[in-house]
Amino acid sequence: MLRDITLGQYYQSDSVIHRLDPRVKLLGTVAFVVSLFLSDYFLGYLVAILFLAICVKLSTVPFKFIVKGMKTIVFLLIITVVCNLLFTTGTTVVSFWKVTITVEGIRMALMMALRLSLLILGSSIMTLTTTPNNLTDGMESVMSPLKKIKVPVHEISMMMSIALRFIPILLEETDKIMKAQIARGADFESGGLIKRAKAMVPLLVPLFISAFRRANDLALAMEARCYRGGEHRTKMKPLKYRKRDGIAYGILVVYIAAVIIVGKFGIPVGGFVW
Amino acid sequence: MSIILDHVSYVYDADTNMPVKALDDINLVINDGEFIGLIGHTGSGKSTLVQHLNGLMKATSGTIYYNGEDIYDSDYNKKELRSKVGLVFQYPEHQLFEVDVFTDVCFGPKNLGWDDKKIQLKAYEALKMVGIEDEYFYQSPFDLSGGQKRRVAIAGVLAMSPEVLVLDEPTAGLDPKGRDELLNKISELRRTTGMTVVLVSHSMEDVANYVDRIVVMNKGRVMYDDVPSEVFKNYKELEAVGLAAPQVTYIMHALNDAGLKVNCEVTTVNEAADEIVKALKGRK
Repeated sequence: MLRDITLGQYYQSDSVIHRLDPRVKLLGTVAFVVSLFLSDYFLGYLVAILFLAICVKLSTVPFKFIVKGMKTIVFLLIITVVCNLLFTTGTTVVSFWKVTITVEGIRMALMMALRLSLLILGSSIMTLTTTPNNLTDGMESVMSPLKKIKVPVHEISMMMSIALRFIPILLEETDKIMKAQIARGADFESGGLIKRAKAMVPLLVPLFISAFRRANDLALAMEARCYRGGEHRTKMKPLKYRKRDGIAYGILVVYIAAVIIVGKFGIPVGGFVW
Repeated sequence: MSIILDHVSYVYDADTNMPVKALDDINLVINDGEFIGLIGHTGSGKSTLVQHLNGLMKATSGTIYYNGEDIYDSDYNKKELRSKVGLVFQYPEHQLFEVDVFTDVCFGPKNLGWDDKKIQLKAYEALKMVGIEDEYFYQSPFDLSGGQKRRVAIAGVLAMSPEVLVLDEPTAGLDPKGRDELLNKISELRRTTGMTVVLVSHSMEDVANYVDRIVVMNKGRVMYDDVPSEVFKNYKELEAVGLAAPQVTYIMHALNDAGLKVNCEVTTVNEAADEIVKALKGRK
């Protein structure tokens, strides 16, 4: 049941993208997300789509697997599209009852849908190809300048890695408790909102108890190993830039430049510049 | 009245680059009133198999018949099946959630839509069956000891009056005394109610004294399916797949090799003691 959630999961494989330094992927993702907001015309997005397609191809993660993670945002996507479609003022295309659809509305809706989908796809490529440990290591390293202004970078990244590590564990636990309660005749699927909310009690109570138990065990295990956090901690596998990471940064710079330049040009269709 | 598994296979993560075949063409008949031990090393597919028995997991291919009816038929009543085949998961105490022991045990029967009187009667019976005293009935389940919690959780399934009771590693994490107590209780239950019991375990020692039939699983397949004494004859093969025969089997074989003519087919300590005494007397 819950095995279907792919958003934020790691997909094991051995590709160029998988082997890249996590810092490259992190900064790359940030750059990609920013690039989605740089161009006002559709040609810029074509560049972004092309770039993403190449990344997907290189990552060897099946496209079907990535799209599965999109299911969770379909609802958000629909709301965004509908709102933009209905509430943008401009040149009217069609108008019926109290609804007017404008050219600007269609343009905005399309652009928002594109931005959102690309944003999710782009960031899922990062999480699918980077192990949680690598990801937080990268984050700690990228954020380390913030230590100067007393931001507890190590603690934050430790918390994040624990949170990430616990997602699959708690998912599995939820699945197990759910099954155990279904075996006792519990019904999580039918009934109205209130009945369903009530049906969650036999699931949530054991889940919270087990989360607290696990947190407790983990804290004890860390103390037993004399974990003190922060200063002077060394790493078993320190992050090191390689040649391919340099190349990747180069490609990123070229990509951003391409988006900025191409994004300046719109295609005039039907009296409007798209 | 039986459960028949017909060419059942199950594949995890079928759509990724690492599909795992958890069950591979399982054919098994579980007869009414039998006490079966399902044994296998970690990852042999035994937990996956038992979750198929009450329809919690759906086989990738193959069919399962309960009392002659295909449980994968679209109009088959899965909820009723789950009350007929009671499944107790590993560490069942982790599923307790109610404010007191008695209410928790009532959860299962309540879901079956019975009237209050029947629910309370069944819950009371179930708690008595597993040996929980009245004084614990209105305590929080979280205040009980580990062994008590587990027995309460088992009572939660028993209260639904299942015809088949499936227990997945019921003794995991219990001390030897708790383990023996629990296994004796289950054995007694089965004697008094005549229900079919499937006991999942990775320890031969656990089940040898109790069950009439052992099904050994390895890598998703049924490796042996026979009475204990026959299965234990293959103790060398069992070792090869990470299992072991009961210590008694080893001792008897060692004695035999050393020249004392004993019957190696005994499975329990008491039988073995009698057998050795007999053999020693015969030698004099």
